Amino acid sequence: MFTEIDTVTLDDVAAQHVVKSAVRGAKRFKGKPVNGPNKCCDSRKEWVDHVRRIRDAKDQIAFAELFQHFAPRIKAFLIKSGSDAALAEECAQEVMATLWHKAHLFDPTRATVATWVFTIARNKRIDVLRKQRRPEPEDLWWGPEAEPEQEDVLALQQETAQLRDAMAALPEAQRQLIEKAYFGDLSHREIASQTGLPLGTIKSRIRLALDRLRHAMN
Amino acid sequence: MRNEIKHHMTDDLLMAYAAGNLPEAFDLMVATHLSLCDHCRARSESFDAVGGCVLQEQDASASMSDGSLAATMALIAQGAPKAKPAHPTCAVLPAPLQDYVGGDVNAIKWKPVGMGVKQAILPTTSEATARLLFIPAGAAVPDHSHNGIELTMVLQGAFSDEIDRFARGDVEIADQSIHHTPTADISEDCICLAVTDAPLKFSKLMPRLFQPFLRI
Repeated sequence: MFTEIDTVTLDDVAAQHVVKSAVRGAKRFKGKPVNGPNKCCDSRKEWVDHVRRIRDAKDQIAFAELFQHFAPRIKAFLIKSGSDAALAEECAQEVMATLWHKAHLFDPTRATVATWVFTIARNKRIDVLRKQRRPEPEDLWWGPEAEPEQEDVLALQQETAQLRDAMAALPEAQRQLIEKAYFGDLSHREIASQTGLPLGTIKSRIRLALDRLRHAMN
Repeated sequence: MRNEIKHHMTDDLLMAYAAGNLPEAFDLMVATHLSLCDHCRARSESFDAVGGCVLQEQDASASMSDGSLAATMALIAQGAPKAKPAHPTCAVLPAPLQDYVGGDVNAIKWKPVGMGVKQAILPTTSEATARLLFIPAGAAVPDHSHNGIELTMVLQGAFSDEIDRFARGDVEIADQSIHHTPTADISEDCICLAVTDAPLKFSKLMPRLFQPFLRI
């Protein structure tokens, strides 16, 4: 099964899946089956469903699509962080494997899939390139019972899209400085807190999500 | 208790944590604070969102080699890495600290440093030092200032110094301009996590003699 995916294109795989799904009468495979390598618009919400499909059904097609979109970006990110291409490729595979195993921990009311993938890739960079452990805060998740509200999911995705637009609108030099920091090129002493980024709304949104999560956990 | 935290992390520390640019000891401090403070956790996760945008903007043409998806599926088939043991949430030490100590407070291997004060240095990379400090109720840590930055977070009890009073979850951020003598509340022994990126400077002779033992 896995090697089959390797020998055909992803579009073929997706097409096969659509056929199989149709045969089974499955309804969960909705929307565009495959996102083109550079087309990420309109897909932010969809990636959330992809992760859910991996979590709930170990859906390899959803994974293949996420892989096609994110693995090259993780690789490019790691190369810019100082890795050689071979190591970046290996790490990108490990990051994607982690995504599979930790799909149940992804909280779409606090992060987009891209943000979540970034955190896994960053931790991999610290582990492999800096050879350092990465302490993380205590896990908070909805557990097998509760599910976050759809409107909260949507609101977070929209606010992240606005943040992305705001970043794109920054002066070139400032944007490069932020990128440099996230590629690990700036020491913590060089990072200035004045990023000029409008993080207020997204921060409030995440805080609200945390409050609801705490409430659900109790 | 969670809402009572008054002294928080700075934006530049949270951004450096999100970007992954801090020495390990500082990462440990931030992760420990975030485990207790949802205000800073939300701020930290908003800085993660910036990283998500940076990742999303990466050029996807740096294509993966043939067979990489299959290789990843093979990796997945090997199974998930062993999950870390779950730590009791009512513990004194939040989960990230328990990972370093190997348990809660009773697993800490204290070393006396004089005047009833005890410490345990945690195994991190050498760019910065993380230590747990035990200050007996009512006792003071020797008057000192800093070459670099010192972050001190209370885990149990409370201490006061020339700046303010600090209780569980509160972080004191001290740089070279600050000269302080933290004193534990009389009601309870105080346990803190302290992180430094340069040796401390003690202002009196006796503590200076302790310095080699403190390794600070």
